[in-house]
Amino acid sequence: MANNPLLVIENLTKYFNTAAGQLHAVDGVSFTLEEGKTLGIVGESGCGKSTTGRCILKLIEPTSGKIIFQGNDITKLSRREMRPLRQKMQMVFQDPFSSLDPRQTVMQLISEPIIEHNLIKGKEAIEARTLELMRTVGLAERYVNVYPHELDGGRRQRIGIARALAMNPKIIVCDEPVSALDVSIQAQILNLLKQLQKDLGLTYIFITHDLSVVKYFSDDIAVMYMGTMVEKAPASVLFKNPLHPYTKALLSAIPLPIVGKDKPKRQVIKGEITAPINLPDACRFMKRCDCPVAGVCDKGNPVLRELEPNHFVACSCLK
Amino acid sequence: MSQEIWHRLIKNKGAVIGMTFLALLVIAAVVSPFIFDYEKDVINQNLAIKLQAPSAQHWFGTDEYGRDLFARVMYGSRYSIAISVGSVGFGLIVGTILGSIAGFYGGYWDSIIMRGVDIFYSIPNILKAVVIVSMLGTSTFNLIIALAVSCATNYARIVRASVMTIRDLEYVESSYAMGLPTWKIILKHILPNCLSPIIVQTTLLIGTTIIAASSLSFLGIGVPAPAPEWGALLSGGRSYIRIASHICIIPGLAIMFTVLALNLLGDGLRDALDPKLKK
Amino acid sequence: MELVLDIKDLVVHYETEDADVAAVNGISLAIGKKRTLGLVGETGAGKTTTALSIMNLVPDPPGVIKNGSITLAGNDVLAMNDEQLEAMRGNDVAMIFQDPMTALNPVMTVGEQIAESLELHQNMTPEEALEKAKEMLKLVGIAETRAYDYPHQFSGGMKQRVVIAIALACSPKLLIADEPTTALDVTIQAQVLELMKDLINNRDMAMLLITHSLGVVAEVCDDMAVMYAGRIVEKGTVDDVFNNMRHPYTEGLFNSLPNLKEQGEMLEPIKGLMPDPADLPPGCAFAPRCPYATEACTAAVPELESVDGSATHFVACQAYSRPGFALRRNKDGK
Repeated sequence: MANNPLLVIENLTKYFNTAAGQLHAVDGVSFTLEEGKTLGIVGESGCGKSTTGRCILKLIEPTSGKIIFQGNDITKLSRREMRPLRQKMQMVFQDPFSSLDPRQTVMQLISEPIIEHNLIKGKEAIEARTLELMRTVGLAERYVNVYPHELDGGRRQRIGIARALAMNPKIIVCDEPVSALDVSIQAQILNLLKQLQKDLGLTYIFITHDLSVVKYFSDDIAVMYMGTMVEKAPASVLFKNPLHPYTKALLSAIPLPIVGKDKPKRQVIKGEITAPINLPDACRFMKRCDCPVAGVCDKGNPVLRELEPNHFVACSCLK
Repeated sequence: MSQEIWHRLIKNKGAVIGMTFLALLVIAAVVSPFIFDYEKDVINQNLAIKLQAPSAQHWFGTDEYGRDLFARVMYGSRYSIAISVGSVGFGLIVGTILGSIAGFYGGYWDSIIMRGVDIFYSIPNILKAVVIVSMLGTSTFNLIIALAVSCATNYARIVRASVMTIRDLEYVESSYAMGLPTWKIILKHILPNCLSPIIVQTTLLIGTTIIAASSLSFLGIGVPAPAPEWGALLSGGRSYIRIASHICIIPGLAIMFTVLALNLLGDGLRDALDPKLKK
Repeated sequence: MELVLDIKDLVVHYETEDADVAAVNGISLAIGKKRTLGLVGETGAGKTTTALSIMNLVPDPPGVIKNGSITLAGNDVLAMNDEQLEAMRGNDVAMIFQDPMTALNPVMTVGEQIAESLELHQNMTPEEALEKAKEMLKLVGIAETRAYDYPHQFSGGMKQRVVIAIALACSPKLLIADEPTTALDVTIQAQVLELMKDLINNRDMAMLLITHSLGVVAEVCDDMAVMYAGRIVEKGTVDDVFNNMRHPYTEGLFNSLPNLKEQGEMLEPIKGLMPDPADLPPGCAFAPRCPYATEACTAAVPELESVDGSATHFVACQAYSRPGFALRRNKDGK
């Protein structure tokens, strides 16, 4: 299996031209993902995590780089050529309120991809499949003819998941699927996604700003900062032994629901996230880093190096 | 959903009054050829009874050639409805296509289409219609074309603005991720969600188009005489306003009530279709 | 202890044509000087309505304050006339909202916006107010020179600092913060929380922090109250609630959090959904979702009762009348 990954991303780059200059939204991101695994991509707003996800699905055209899915290079495919592939690559969106057409009923929403791709023929068979999908994601049958505005966020997100599952995809990109939901509903949706992965052998790319969610969910975690990947490691390793100063700061910044003597001391990093425009040839985290080394950090943006087995870090100061 | 909208619509008193009046108007337009003989009752002149005030025999009185004004106003609704619905419908189709292309693709498509629309928009409607009709010649069909141009520019602007907001919503992206072709996304997911402003605009435009058609007839380049278009009736009666004011007042009231009814219905529809007013 | 805010038996309904929404159903809260109280609950629990009631800002219609009293710094808020209310808002009590992007006026410089309330409430001249505004900016960690900048020139975290500066400008006795860091990134959130903690400690002030995040409560608050369907189901010091929780809903909230779990394990979410506040279930509103519920729970609404005679820790759960009842979490722990 290790020799035959489902998805290979090589040097993926996306630049946007803005009035202020070229915005390096994604700058040389590479990773491989094996079937049935989950990669968590974590970072703060503007770090390029959502753009990365959309480039992989070719919802945005990447500027350069390669996307190899099931051994085929799909980077150069046109929208039309991508259409049959969409069955295998799906997405769950962040906002359950704007990601569903308000004029479609639950039945229409879930059956749309089935009809569009001609997966099943015959009205009854399509209806049966829709109801099956609703059961899979835990939606009661009585909701089949209601409109999304009559449902709460959690149920809407279940519709979104059912739509993605309708085509039996291989890989699902989940873009902040729970961040718009209440805590108790978040847990329900996370459990559902996990159960589906177990049952259907799905591969996930899980994009989020919430480190606690990816820890629970991912096999590997990649941390992004200003368009580049600064650290990538198996989830357990990353949480126990973060190496990049940004990852450390990010982990330490999570407000932990612990009171009393067990509470770890918090380290707050200074500074703000700036847009990656007109970048100097230096480490992008240098300005906020608490231990920049003159003559090292200001000479070129560090590349990802394997410092420990399977543990990649982009920091020039680390040996 | 449509039931819900209907429910909210009939709760609105103004909308119900407007709808009732319009329903009566449509009935009048449909039945008038069965009640009146066009040759005999509508355009046949009888100077012996000219300029008579309303009476039991002639409900709306008679005009300067002794024709029964009730028959002419009833029959005239056919022209007014045909012209307004025809030009608004024509404008709706053309404007929606232009507006969706401009709004969806943006960039130079947007620039080319919308600058063109702006140029048309900047010329007063009546002037535009006068130029078009004098180029094409006076006929009912050419009048519809002339008025449709103004409607099309209106629709293009509204549709473009709505499409631009909806284009960026996540459910459109979700449709792409699902593998839907672009034309299907526009037709199935974007345009239906622009429906509210389009419907509201339609009721308002029908009103203004009736007035514009009347103005053109008034100027003498509308529906050719002796057809009893409302504007033509109004313009024909203007010389007799001192001695037989009903010839002007009655067609004027017909226009006024129709426009008022359409505006009431338009306001009601706008409220009924507003998702914010949903529970 | 001197109380800054004392709410007693507050009941707020939203009455519309087709429904009577019971948003807040008899809550009592008190915040002492220099204390921070965290009000925790999910969407629709009535947190924001409670906060708006304190400033007498519940939109009316449809909102109606049906019962209760609110005493702020010794004055009865609900008995005030419009003039007194205006004097109170911004001066005795200030509020910070969730979204710093929309809380600032885009066509005024931030200096002017801070100075505005100073001129209004403290009768300062424009010059004095601007000087004070610069001082406030320095206090929240922004360079004085930026007083002449417009909101769009600031990042999200910086804007929230400006909002805090505006709120604190008149030295209010109570600061109400409604999800102040939810819209911010984690590292920025940490900075802002740190700042708020410092400011509260150094000033003679109390804070009511509304949030859905237990992590934020642990970070900032002294006391906390857990709200569910318009009622307080558990309240106490953060130590009481975090380390000795009593209510099944509180337990459910903690179990829903992914970050305490080891990887791979399934989470234990609370089953079902929040009840519709227009149609609350009889008795304890949490009973339909509660894993410990018995028939007795639907008979009557449980009152807040002291936990083991504690002066600070209260829980509203009928199950404790059963001998030997304890939450699963507490049983496992001991």
